[in-house]
Amino acid sequence: MAMHDVLLIGAFFVLVLAPAPWLGRFIHRAMEGQRTWLSPLLSPLERFCYRSAGVDPAIEQDWRRYALSLLAFNGVSLVLLVAVLMLQGALPLNPQKVAGMDWPLALNTAVSFVTNTNWQAYSGEAQLSYFSQMIGLGVQNFVSAATGLAVLVALCRGIARRSAATLGNFWIDLTRATLYVLLPLAIPLALLLVWQGVPQSFAHAVTATTWQGAEQSLPLGPAASQIAIKQLGTNGGGFFGVNSAHPFENPTAFSNLLEVAAILLIPAALVFSYGHYVKDLRQSRAILACMLLLFCIGLGVAVWAEWQPNPAWAGLPVEQAGSLEGKESRFGITASALWATATSAASNGSVNAMHDSFSALGGMVPLVNMMLGEVIFGGVGAGLYGMLLFVLIAVFLAGLMVGRTPEYLGKKLEAREVRLLVLSLLVMPIGVLLLGALAAILPAGVAAVSNPGPHGLSQILYAYTSGAGNNGSAFAGFGAGSTYHNLMIALAMLLGRYGIILPVLAIAGGLAMKRAAPLGQDSFPTHGPLFVGLLTATLLLVGGLTFFPVLALGPLAEHLGQLAGLSW
Amino acid sequence: MNARNELIDQPVRHEAAAHPAPLWREALRQAFVKLDPRQLMRQPVMLLVEITALMTTLLCFVPGQAVATGVAVQIALWLWFTVLFANFAEALAEGRGKARADSLKAGSQGLIARRQVAPGQYEGIAASRLRRGDVVRVEAGELIPGDGEVIEGIAAVNEAAITGESAPVIRESGGDRSAVTGNTRVVSDWLLVRISANPGESTLDRMIALVEGARRQKTPNEVALDILLIGLSLIFLLVVATLQPFARFSGGELPLVFLVALLVTLVPTTIGGLLSAIGIAGMDRLVRLNVIAKSGRAVEAAGDVQVLLLDKTGTITFGNRRCSAMLKSPGVSGQALAQGALLASLADDTPEGKSIVEYLRNLHPMPEPARDRLTVVPFSAETRLSGVDWEGHVYRKGAVDAVLGFLGLTREQLPEPLAREIERIAQSGGTPLLVCADGQLLGVIHLKDVVKPGIRERFAELRRLGIRTVMVTGDNPLTAAAIAAEAGVDDVIAEATPEKKLARIRQEQADGRLVAMCGDGANDAPALAQADVGLAMNDGTQAAREAANLVDLDSDPTKLLDVVQVGKELLVTRGALTTFSVANDVAKYFAILPALFSGIYPQLGVLNLMGLASPQSAILSAIVFNALIIVALIPLALRGVRVEAADAASLLRRNLLIYGLGGLVAPFVGIKLIDLLLTAVGLA
Repeated sequence: MAMHDVLLIGAFFVLVLAPAPWLGRFIHRAMEGQRTWLSPLLSPLERFCYRSAGVDPAIEQDWRRYALSLLAFNGVSLVLLVAVLMLQGALPLNPQKVAGMDWPLALNTAVSFVTNTNWQAYSGEAQLSYFSQMIGLGVQNFVSAATGLAVLVALCRGIARRSAATLGNFWIDLTRATLYVLLPLAIPLALLLVWQGVPQSFAHAVTATTWQGAEQSLPLGPAASQIAIKQLGTNGGGFFGVNSAHPFENPTAFSNLLEVAAILLIPAALVFSYGHYVKDLRQSRAILACMLLLFCIGLGVAVWAEWQPNPAWAGLPVEQAGSLEGKESRFGITASALWATATSAASNGSVNAMHDSFSALGGMVPLVNMMLGEVIFGGVGAGLYGMLLFVLIAVFLAGLMVGRTPEYLGKKLEAREVRLLVLSLLVMPIGVLLLGALAAILPAGVAAVSNPGPHGLSQILYAYTSGAGNNGSAFAGFGAGSTYHNLMIALAMLLGRYGIILPVLAIAGGLAMKRAAPLGQDSFPTHGPLFVGLLTATLLLVGGLTFFPVLALGPLAEHLGQLAGLSW
Repeated sequence: MNARNELIDQPVRHEAAAHPAPLWREALRQAFVKLDPRQLMRQPVMLLVEITALMTTLLCFVPGQAVATGVAVQIALWLWFTVLFANFAEALAEGRGKARADSLKAGSQGLIARRQVAPGQYEGIAASRLRRGDVVRVEAGELIPGDGEVIEGIAAVNEAAITGESAPVIRESGGDRSAVTGNTRVVSDWLLVRISANPGESTLDRMIALVEGARRQKTPNEVALDILLIGLSLIFLLVVATLQPFARFSGGELPLVFLVALLVTLVPTTIGGLLSAIGIAGMDRLVRLNVIAKSGRAVEAAGDVQVLLLDKTGTITFGNRRCSAMLKSPGVSGQALAQGALLASLADDTPEGKSIVEYLRNLHPMPEPARDRLTVVPFSAETRLSGVDWEGHVYRKGAVDAVLGFLGLTREQLPEPLAREIERIAQSGGTPLLVCADGQLLGVIHLKDVVKPGIRERFAELRRLGIRTVMVTGDNPLTAAAIAAEAGVDDVIAEATPEKKLARIRQEQADGRLVAMCGDGANDAPALAQADVGLAMNDGTQAAREAANLVDLDSDPTKLLDVVQVGKELLVTRGALTTFSVANDVAKYFAILPALFSGIYPQLGVLNLMGLASPQSAILSAIVFNALIIVALIPLALRGVRVEAADAASLLRRNLLIYGLGGLVAPFVGIKLIDLLLTAVGLA
């Protein structure tokens, strides 16, 4: 590693963590309708939105209504998006005359963007019109992230409120998340990216003659606006097929730093918003410490693994400096490993290198990050509400050991909460293990695998983990375009999204109704190093016990095999 | 604990042989009876193990298995043992409680009650057929046929069968001593009792229901834990079931028997098998404290209590004012005061009088005149004085104004030091008594409500556990505050009325706290019902006993503190074993996975951290450990994890270290040892 690698990692942490306390406070104020410095500009717009949609901002919803509004909104979005993708050939803003998608791909893509996964079984520049990119995917990039944020604030209110029947109003939360949080961050980031050279144009592709004399068509498009929200909203669906490895999507080292930091900017800030909701920033610090701990472990392993020489060449007269296969030489090894860690920790899924080409252990880091449930920072809103579920599980598991019925911030965890927690815990095993096992034995599933041996299993695992974890990144060798995988991964994405959101809202509704016991020295401490350790151990234990056997058959067998001189 | 109880109060920490033989022998028999799947339905994790045991047994008979039949048979056997061990734990816990219940029940077999048909007319009816509302007459020497309330008569009742206390107690209609318990014996006179419980609802029946696995209602926390255990089992079922397809994709085939073994070692069998035993043993601990819970819920709530409302009298203080100090008048010798006070109190049989005599005997032993040579002057409402006349001397003691009036003095004529002392005593919540002899003022006696020894430390302990104590007393605020300060309670309700108590409970509950209280009077009933944990005294009124969710047979209000302790132990034990059980799984992966995958990817042998001898021995060792750990933890489950008085953070740290980290490490050592043993013996 060189000095610039260390500088990059340092700058990344500064850009993510330094604004987090301030931004977290701002998000809390904005989502609760308190006055912020953006209010003079945005509140007329906000009121206009409510008036035109017929929403009464004074009305709050209980968890069932909240969940129904969310499902209705996402359901309509899904139908509209499928329609746009299938009919794009006949719609405007299509200078390259792209044809409509077939229905399995359109469904997969629509589910993918509505669930904030942004799994891409297509290549943007070849298979999408500008209309589909902007009106279809661009809009979902905002509102799917806003949906996650809405669910999080509903859970925060559920934990913070006492003897309350309601959790807020979904339509208001959706509007505020978009207007006050996502747009104000996306616009300047888009402008910065344009400054760095990302195209923002409706023009047709430009034609260039390469040095070899070949004719090359370079597609352009309204990319910068899309890329900004793709990073900030933990969406990850690139404008171009190879995502942020594409020079138009990620032209410079500076744009690379901005984009990778943007992945974690909002998720890190939300941890502080939570502290403001429960009026106890110690809770935020404990959760953040756990996230940072796991993130740094992952980053350390990924960077170390990618800098290792390939054992297959050990006996050959080759000078090796880490593994560059599948990486952009513009960014190099450390920047690629950093991006891979961040994008998988945060359920973003954008890439600036091909994870399929990472070393066995280097590729296992994003896989494990996703398997833990996308809670190490995680998606906008989704990461923290997933993490809070683990907090509740940790409290229930160990809480009895202080001699009281388990309580979180004074609220008792009873049979109903545990039932819902268990439901949410089953999502990853079903999405990854059950659907993955089906893919591993059905001929239609196995057909997509491009590598023999353990790496082939890793490809299957990665695809379904990415889907169920709503991440969206892929081991690119995996042929995800088949009807079978389009439909099954769509199922994994739906399960991964709503299999968590619904229990979260139900838990939030139940917790809001409870009285809270005052916190004292007899209360289970959910802050401080002890709890950070407990939470981290719970996460690793739950994730490890679920996925260790398949990881052993996949990346671990591959790594140990390579060391033993095997190849497949 | 009384002598009779000790029979079933054997320490459990010794191996089963330390129990009276029939107890563990019966438990062993019950372990097989409980294999009935209908009974195992209550413990889903164990039902799952039984199904896998059955499956493995059947697989032993299918030829052509990948696993040698010898190994498969051993695995099947150990799976059965796992279920049997868990059943044994439950049966053992049940047995201890049942033995006590049975001894209580024995008397009521074939008991015939005299039921009132019309006033003065009675008919014979089996006690077991008495319904709520029936009125029965019980004569001296007869057993009371059921729980009820005295509606007529007064009698001495021997309640030894229930409380173990041999001295008879008085039961009479009206007032606060009207409740009687079934199976207690009337030793004098007669009673007319209105039965208050239908068959199956009596105190005894409740006690039995709490310690019987098949009838016991699960407590809320147990239900929640059960759901978690089922959830974990489902996850592991998914993990194991999907392993075969993944293995086939990787070009191998996993033996079904080994997969079953993996599943059973992963599902939380330790806590799943002991959960019921822990609950029953907790109830049994209560029963041995002579406290009867009407539901397990109340005991669990006791662990969560944050506020204790305690009556001053009887709980915090002895209930009688006692002599604590004396001050002589100027010019009077100490000897004279002591002698005067002693003589003035010798004939006084009130607790106050006795306490003065006791105080002086300890402090200044001196010759005492024989009682028959004293002319006793008892306390009367007119003079408000008591004392004796002896050899022509007149000794009197009494309240300040009464003695002053007797001597013909006014308050202003009191000597300065005495006046100051009287003022000080009154302010500290005590009662000043003046003593005089032959018209001369000798000095002042300080009577005060004496706080029970050790109670202050007990409250401090509770405070460390985060529990606040509130003293409830009818005293004026001044007196109350003084005693509160001395006893170290956190708060006080002075001049308490039942309404005030109820309001306080409601207010604490509105703030989100759980409240416990104890009481005996009929006017306590609403507060007992409102409190989350209400402990009624057995010698109290029927109304109080019905409103409360716990009844203390010894009628000792300090029991509330023990109940809290038992509640906490119950929860900690469950949490500790759950954590232990889940942490165990890590080592089992490292034992079984390398063995399982050795045919597919030999390089995964690196994961065999324990260096287990062969795939067969590895899997067998894991399953043996999994079964034996249940047996090893039975004593802990029955005894309960001790809860020390400490704040939550230190309790958590300590228990996480023991049961979390211990649970992580212990199986690595245990499985390795079993592997060495199995290989040495040649079983694998």
